[in-house]
Amino acid sequence: MKKNRTRYIIGAIFILTIFGIILFYPLEILFYQDLPYTGFLKRAFFILLFSCVLCLYRIAKGPTAADRAVTLDMLGILIVGFCVITGISTGRSWYIDIAIAWALQSFIATLALAKFLEGKALDD
Amino acid sequence: MTSRIILFILGFITWSLLNWALDWQHIFIGVIVSAFVAYMTGDFFVKRTHLFTHPMRYLWFLYYVPVFLWECLKANIDVAYRVIHPDLPIHPGIVKVKTSLKSEVAITFLANSITLTPGTLTVDVDQGNGYLYIHWIEVKHKDIEKATKDIVEKFEKILKRIFEE
Amino acid sequence: MINIVGFVFIAVGLFFDFVGCLGLVRLPDVYNRLQASTKCITLGTCSILFGAFLIQGATASGIKALLCMLFLILTSPVSAHALARGAHRSGVKLWEKSVIDRYEEDRQKQ
Repeated sequence: MKKNRTRYIIGAIFILTIFGIILFYPLEILFYQDLPYTGFLKRAFFILLFSCVLCLYRIAKGPTAADRAVTLDMLGILIVGFCVITGISTGRSWYIDIAIAWALQSFIATLALAKFLEGKALDD
Repeated sequence: MTSRIILFILGFITWSLLNWALDWQHIFIGVIVSAFVAYMTGDFFVKRTHLFTHPMRYLWFLYYVPVFLWECLKANIDVAYRVIHPDLPIHPGIVKVKTSLKSEVAITFLANSITLTPGTLTVDVDQGNGYLYIHWIEVKHKDIEKATKDIVEKFEKILKRIFEE
Repeated sequence: MINIVGFVFIAVGLFFDFVGCLGLVRLPDVYNRLQASTKCITLGTCSILFGAFLIQGATASGIKALLCMLFLILTSPVSAHALARGAHRSGVKLWEKSVIDRYEEDRQKQ
């Protein structure tokens, strides 16, 4: 019990530090390349990127194949969010087309993965 | 034949929303594409076409949407509370509930609604006997009747008026 | 004004996305992870899309954002259901502190 509490506090401090860096540090100094984002949307982009890093931790550690399949599905939905934020920020409307196509394609890929986990052929 | 006409109308509406431009070229291509799709795959789309002719069902569907969205919001706040809490207050388990819905569309909608509402996830469906297996993150009742009353009933009443009878 | 409401929707969506990923890391087994991540990430991304619709108004990309929201709400529970069923059939056990497993009992009987 005590050990769990210590781990929780360490994790909370880590996450709050990263959030502090993302929200309050002037990111133009850290990343001086020409990212197509400004102000709030740049912060939003980095929060989504941090969520994806958490997903990658689960993919690396996940004890079974099912964990990895679940995480891949969720990464697919997060990428839709990336596309939408980029679309708002740059003002180009075709990013949202990519978002729709990606959502549908990721759904089909997940169904195929689930069938594969179940141990059946695809035309069953 | 009626099924094909319904699929044609729905496909054409989706095409128009995707383009969002009142141009004769867009409309012409849309008519051709949706007619082709409706001709090729129209037989499988709806089995009981008489459902589309009752206006009361649309009204019940309009009532179902806000109920569903409210439950969805409650589910998110519930899950966020459980994840952020230091002690992880979960007591998971798979329970079995009974449903009286018969048609495939109604059971699909019921399973989807259950998945997006607080603390529950549909694992499998036994359509012949009308049982659903549900993973519940906080098991309150282990027997079938009480779990049915807690999870299924609030959607079943509305879905029965939309898709059955 | 409507831009600010849209940005508030995007911020709420980002919060729920992050909580979903945190649940993916913290919770103990596949089914609990699936619960947290499906609910939170689906509604979070739908909230981001709705914010995009509010910012862009009823233009082509705004309407496309609404349609994408509809697709996500329709498809993501189905994929969660398929993954849970596949995981259970492939023999992934529940967490050891789980209360009950009726599905395993019924599959043993057959």
